[in-house]
Amino acid sequence: MSTTGINWFKYSSPATFYPLAGRMIPWFAGLAAVATVAGLYLGFFVAPPDYQQGDAYRIMFIHVPAAWMSMFIYVVMAGYAALGLIFNTRLSAMMASALAPTGALFTFLALWTGALWGKPMWGTWWVWDARLTSELILLFLYIGYMSLEAAIDDPRRASRASGLLAIVGVVNVPIIYYSVEWWNTLHQGASISFDKAPTMADSMLAALLVMTFACWMYAIAVVLARVRCIILERERHSEWVLEVLEEERR
Amino acid sequence: MWAALRSMVMRDLTLAVRRVADVLTTLFFFVIVVSLFPLGVGPEMETLRVIAPGVVWVAAILASMLALGRLFGNDYSDGTLEQILLAPQPLSLLVAAKVLAHWLVTGLPLVLMAPLLGLQFGLEGEALWTLWWTLLLGTPAISLIGAVGAALTLGLRGGSVLVSLLVLPLYIPVLIFGAGAVEAQVSGLGATAHLSLLGAIAVLALCFAPLAAAAALRISLD
Repeated sequence: MSTTGINWFKYSSPATFYPLAGRMIPWFAGLAAVATVAGLYLGFFVAPPDYQQGDAYRIMFIHVPAAWMSMFIYVVMAGYAALGLIFNTRLSAMMASALAPTGALFTFLALWTGALWGKPMWGTWWVWDARLTSELILLFLYIGYMSLEAAIDDPRRASRASGLLAIVGVVNVPIIYYSVEWWNTLHQGASISFDKAPTMADSMLAALLVMTFACWMYAIAVVLARVRCIILERERHSEWVLEVLEEERR
Repeated sequence: MWAALRSMVMRDLTLAVRRVADVLTTLFFFVIVVSLFPLGVGPEMETLRVIAPGVVWVAAILASMLALGRLFGNDYSDGTLEQILLAPQPLSLLVAAKVLAHWLVTGLPLVLMAPLLGLQFGLEGEALWTLWWTLLLGTPAISLIGAVGAALTLGLRGGSVLVSLLVLPLYIPVLIFGAGAVEAQVSGLGATAHLSLLGAIAVLALCFAPLAAAAALRISLD
């Protein structure tokens, strides 16, 4: 394996990943804080008010990154779950379960900010629009994943079972999305259409991208912190965890 | 291999026939849930006709979900399932056989009962036939997808509630096309597209759900 002198699997072991994650968290957290401040400044003070929506559109700078993250994290989670099932690596399964709460949080944020945005724009908190509906179903998928994992006591079985569920879910996501979209177009004429891509001022786009970057960094920092807890919990009977705890107590 | 499939189906059917009450419970649950809607919504035939496909479909989904616990539950508790896992035949084939038997005792009665309930909701002629066809195509997919959830939650505390959280989101496409077909038929668009998509979902589920359910069984009985 080590003909090139590089051990590619070094950090796939919880024992070596735990300190690495600990060193990485401050960097990602710092980047997240800086990018959030910069993105919010750009969003609130630099970006011009929209000619149609006035200032209400500014919730987009939270709403859109949250919606992107919610979908992306589900795919990443399923990817880690698949890795865990195929190669039987413990760390992949731990990463999958560490990602789920963050993904669910972003899904919830996207729904909540969407409702807050919808009230002034469309005059209603909720419409059964295709995107809203599929985001809601995505939240259900996250909840199903987390509750299956919580219901099984044996952590190995829990991560394998919930991993399989994540993979089944990710196969179904496109089917659900297109069926919801078609259902929606059949039922109500496009009263609200997102499809006409609005041309955005450059400063709006910049704020949006910076906020997306901030969400990324936040997600990585939080997931790493959570995976460290999961590692300690699941490996609590091993030698190295005892040593780590000894060291931290001192 | 076919002999194994047939004997598995016959075994499960025999077991079901010996316990007719279980089969009837599912069926009556379906009938009662559907009958509750006119009481809740009001007896106006116009409203009822509009909501009929959705009501029948949601009730069918709930009823077949209620029966999911019996798919592997009894075999799990008496140890038969472990013997099935050890059998030389592919596990996914045996799972498919079990799902087929399960559909024959829980899904098919719902399909046969549905036209009668449709009549109560004022559906007539073509719409009634469409409802029947959607259920005939959709309930096998429901049973197949449900098998994955049933296998994942085998032997868990509160497994029967948990299984609903897992499989209900996955049922949504079937519900949309099933109920949508009847609506499209009534509005004069024709239900062919919906029925084709429903058939496609059923075929996809037939190809992949037994594999996933077999993998889930191996995880649950590890």
